[in-house]
Amino acid sequence: MKFSAILTGSAVALVMALGLSPAYAAGTNLNMAMQLEPPSLDPTTGGAAAAIRSVTYDNIFEGLTKIDGDGAVQPLLAKSWDISGDGLTYTFHLQEGVTFHDGTPFSADDVKFSLDRARAEDSVNAQKQLFANITSVDVVDPNTVTVTLGSPQGDFLYNMGWGDAIIVSPASEADNANNPVGTGPYKFVEWVKGDHVSMEANADYWGATPSIETATIKFISDPTAALASILAGDVDLFGGFPAPETLDVIKADPRFQVIVGSTNGETVLAMNNGKPPLDNVKVRAAIAHALDRQALIDGAQFGYGTPIGSFFSPSDPAYEDLTGISNFDPELSKSLLAEAGVSDLTLSLKLPPAAYARQAGPIIQQELANVGINVEITNVEWADWLQNVFTNRDYDLTIVSHVEPNDYGVFARDDYYFAYHSEAYNAAVAELAVTSDPARQTELKKQIQEILANDFAAGFLFELANVTVANKDLSGIRANAPIPAAVISELSWAE
Amino acid sequence: MTSFLFGRIVSMAISLLVASIIIFAILEILPGDPAQFMLGVNAQPDTLQALRTQLGLDQPVILRYFSWMAGMLHGDFGISYTYRSPVTELVLQRVAVSAPLALYALTLTILVAFPAGIIAAARRNSATDLTVMGATQIGVAVPNFWFAIILMWVFAVTLHWFSAGGFAGWNKGFFEGIKSLTLPAIALALPQASILARVMRSSLLDTLGEDYIRTARAKGLSQNKTLWRHAVRNALIPVLTIVGLQFSFLLAGAIIIENVFYLPGLGRLIFQGITQRDLITVKSVVMLLVFAVIFVNFLVEVAYVLIDPRLRHQR
Amino acid sequence: MSEVSPVISESRTRELLRSALRSRSFVAGAILTAIILLSALTSLVWTPYDFAAQDIPNKLQGFSAEHWFGTDQYGRDVFSMILVGARTSIIVALLAVGLGIGLGVPLGLLAAAVRGTLLDEVVMRGNDLVFAFPALLIAILITAVFGPSAINAMIAIGIFNIPVFARLSRAAALSLWTREFVLAARVAGKGTARISVEHILPNIANTLIVQGTIQFSLGILAEAALAYVGLGAQPPIPSWGKMLADSQTLVSLAPHLAIIPGLAIVLTVLGLNLMGDGLRDIFDPRTRRSRQ
Repeated sequence: MKFSAILTGSAVALVMALGLSPAYAAGTNLNMAMQLEPPSLDPTTGGAAAAIRSVTYDNIFEGLTKIDGDGAVQPLLAKSWDISGDGLTYTFHLQEGVTFHDGTPFSADDVKFSLDRARAEDSVNAQKQLFANITSVDVVDPNTVTVTLGSPQGDFLYNMGWGDAIIVSPASEADNANNPVGTGPYKFVEWVKGDHVSMEANADYWGATPSIETATIKFISDPTAALASILAGDVDLFGGFPAPETLDVIKADPRFQVIVGSTNGETVLAMNNGKPPLDNVKVRAAIAHALDRQALIDGAQFGYGTPIGSFFSPSDPAYEDLTGISNFDPELSKSLLAEAGVSDLTLSLKLPPAAYARQAGPIIQQELANVGINVEITNVEWADWLQNVFTNRDYDLTIVSHVEPNDYGVFARDDYYFAYHSEAYNAAVAELAVTSDPARQTELKKQIQEILANDFAAGFLFELANVTVANKDLSGIRANAPIPAAVISELSWAE
Repeated sequence: MTSFLFGRIVSMAISLLVASIIIFAILEILPGDPAQFMLGVNAQPDTLQALRTQLGLDQPVILRYFSWMAGMLHGDFGISYTYRSPVTELVLQRVAVSAPLALYALTLTILVAFPAGIIAAARRNSATDLTVMGATQIGVAVPNFWFAIILMWVFAVTLHWFSAGGFAGWNKGFFEGIKSLTLPAIALALPQASILARVMRSSLLDTLGEDYIRTARAKGLSQNKTLWRHAVRNALIPVLTIVGLQFSFLLAGAIIIENVFYLPGLGRLIFQGITQRDLITVKSVVMLLVFAVIFVNFLVEVAYVLIDPRLRHQR
Repeated sequence: MSEVSPVISESRTRELLRSALRSRSFVAGAILTAIILLSALTSLVWTPYDFAAQDIPNKLQGFSAEHWFGTDQYGRDVFSMILVGARTSIIVALLAVGLGIGLGVPLGLLAAAVRGTLLDEVVMRGNDLVFAFPALLIAILITAVFGPSAINAMIAIGIFNIPVFARLSRAAALSLWTREFVLAARVAGKGTARISVEHILPNIANTLIVQGTIQFSLGILAEAALAYVGLGAQPPIPSWGKMLADSQTLVSLAPHLAIIPGLAIVLTVLGLNLMGDGLRDIFDPRTRRSRQ
């Protein structure tokens, strides 16, 4: 056994030295691709880019809890926890025998360090709100840590499973952006900026040994290049595949499998509720009734996506199908516009660079033209969008997918770019935050969905599909992407 | 000579100063806040402020301009906002792809253009000449990104001879590195080779028409010998000028081809920097490129003057 | 050369026309260019379908009697889009050349008129500076600042045309300033500006026209490249480069979508280049002798 391992090892070395692609290594090597390159490899300081989490989360870094493919909370570095009766104190019992990749042992001190660092005043954690409710983090013993909250919080354990809440070591935190050191099943190997990140299995991993031993993650944003990389066999797995129009071609090819799951991405035609005439609910209703969701899904997403009638993920048990409230009815749309006394309406539609927005834009332009609304499209970059649309609210319409889980709270924020305001809605969201009774929670969640749908707070289009294209021999692929993650340890090659 | 040199250096310094102000000003008015871009839609105001302080974005404009300039004069191009690593390091990584790609494309260009141009000139008005000239007309007219897509479909997707894109990295061996640059180099070389072949041909024809060539012919040298011994060598001067221009164009101008083949080159570094508002990277790299071109121009001028001092007072 | 400036006379026009018709490349180029121009003009008054009208159930169709060039991924008529795309390309490229000539030629004439002075130095160094910037990246920056649109694409391309025409007209004008007819005009008491406009400009017009044709074709390619990266005309206005970008993933489903706009670009640029070559030969019989 040992002998053969040595033989294989030297064979690998030989093949590598010759500069050939090791065909034999198909069983343990993975070439995967994603659209965007992470700007940094430290999810706690590198900003909000989802790609940082996709690359590092659950591969290199681990948190106290993790979110599995179904969106449920599972133990990770915390093997179990107790919650006090008042819901304010969480006692985490940590895994033992865990070390960071640099050999530093993991202990409760690292948990305290990481959480205190994330919620510190000068913290640049992009999701600082996750930690806002923490009042103190105390080390009980090396394997136990307690977290005290300011008020009961139903989703605290879920929040600790986000990529932003990973545990880092004080010994290596300063250099994590370029040389990440975590506790996960994979060790960082190299990052060729603009091209790929590679990692290898962590021999000292505390958990189960993963099947994939070496993994390379390439960054390919161009849809043509993405399609070509799959068809040419350069890439075994492409998560968040950017060219849905080509899926029929890929499906027809026996070499590949196409897996379509859901994301938490509610794609909306956001309307500036604060700007006349869009402050008039009749005008918003008219726009909503002019939209043919199926045509949008077929035309812009090539049939992949689930129609939504409110701002809620269809995969959530509390989801209610409210698409009937804003059904496709151009005649109703026209009469609503007439009732509102609006004619010769011209609206701006600002499209961020996401493919779903750029593809849906011209269709929406045409659909609104059919009911007499003239739409002027402007393509903007994300940085521009963030400043002018998101912050300065200088827009009438825009198309964005809101991918954060359970993010209905944004409609309760008066400073949010929707400029939506409803006392009833705010009250329901506030009550939901402190409600722990599941029946009442569901009731409130339904109420929330109904208020938004009846107020036509936005044009609710579809839930973004999570499209993964892969080699047919690869198994263990997550269909759904409740949070951004590309968990390599779950994957394996068929024998 | 000293006063000429002094004058040229002053004028180069002024040009660079103007260039730095232009670049800085364009990036100042570029909409979008780097800190906000990095932190995204859930960013809290205090987090944004903390990051702005960390990046030095809260300082006044004038101060930022001078600290950028002062850094560059010391060879410090700053730290990338997004990558958090020194811009110099990023540039060196990208040059390791862009420079070999440009050289590769240029080699292909010369290998195709020289023989084509010489044959066309030697057999002026023959069927060969017409074919070569027709082909170069089409080569110039084909948009290189379109040609790149065609190459990718034929040689990577259908025939599987090459990877569809990406850069294997020089640490995987020279052959693998060259292989991943082959399709992009061909795509870049097509229009350049067409241009160069045309220049080669017309410059050869010009030299062939000159008096000393006629004399050589009259002395009884055969046409081929004349062509090789005299004409080609003399025609090389305008041709090499074009080659020099093509190299600097290929170094940063390959951006669309880099996108099609997702190569981590210099052009894409700047492009990415613009969309991600990594302003320090954009302005330092653009400045570096401008400096390179101006400096090369300066060297060329000095060289001309050294060769022919009469040029000192004219351009 | 006599005392009068050698501007184009009537007999010379006839002679030029005759040699134009003899030049094969000019005739071929002119025909191609005329076809493209005609398509662009036709699109102003007539297209088979509304170029923006979507018909998603009939998307990605091949060639047919109803849709000569098939339909795209939104079911739009590709033939109509190609016609309107010709308009977009030509307008952007033409205005970019106009910007280059409009600013570059006066600058070049000025520099030549005051040759050797500090002003000449400043103008020419300014030109060198523009050339030192990586053109495509600056175009991307300009559109990032002012937003993507056909106008901004035109400006971005036009800026890099200015030094081309400035250098060319300065160089051509410099050699004219030493000629007899210019000296004669000076003796007659004409001012520098007047000489530049009345005597220099008409005599460098041929060179400018030839270069203008070449810059026009380069402008078509540049517009296509900018539109390809999404920085040209905005939807629903079609543009050939944008059509290529939108269709390139569909090559195996609908190859015509990636081929037709590409061919349109190639034919337009080819036509203009052939015409430019032809014009150079016609205007300059010396090169015709040596090059043909």
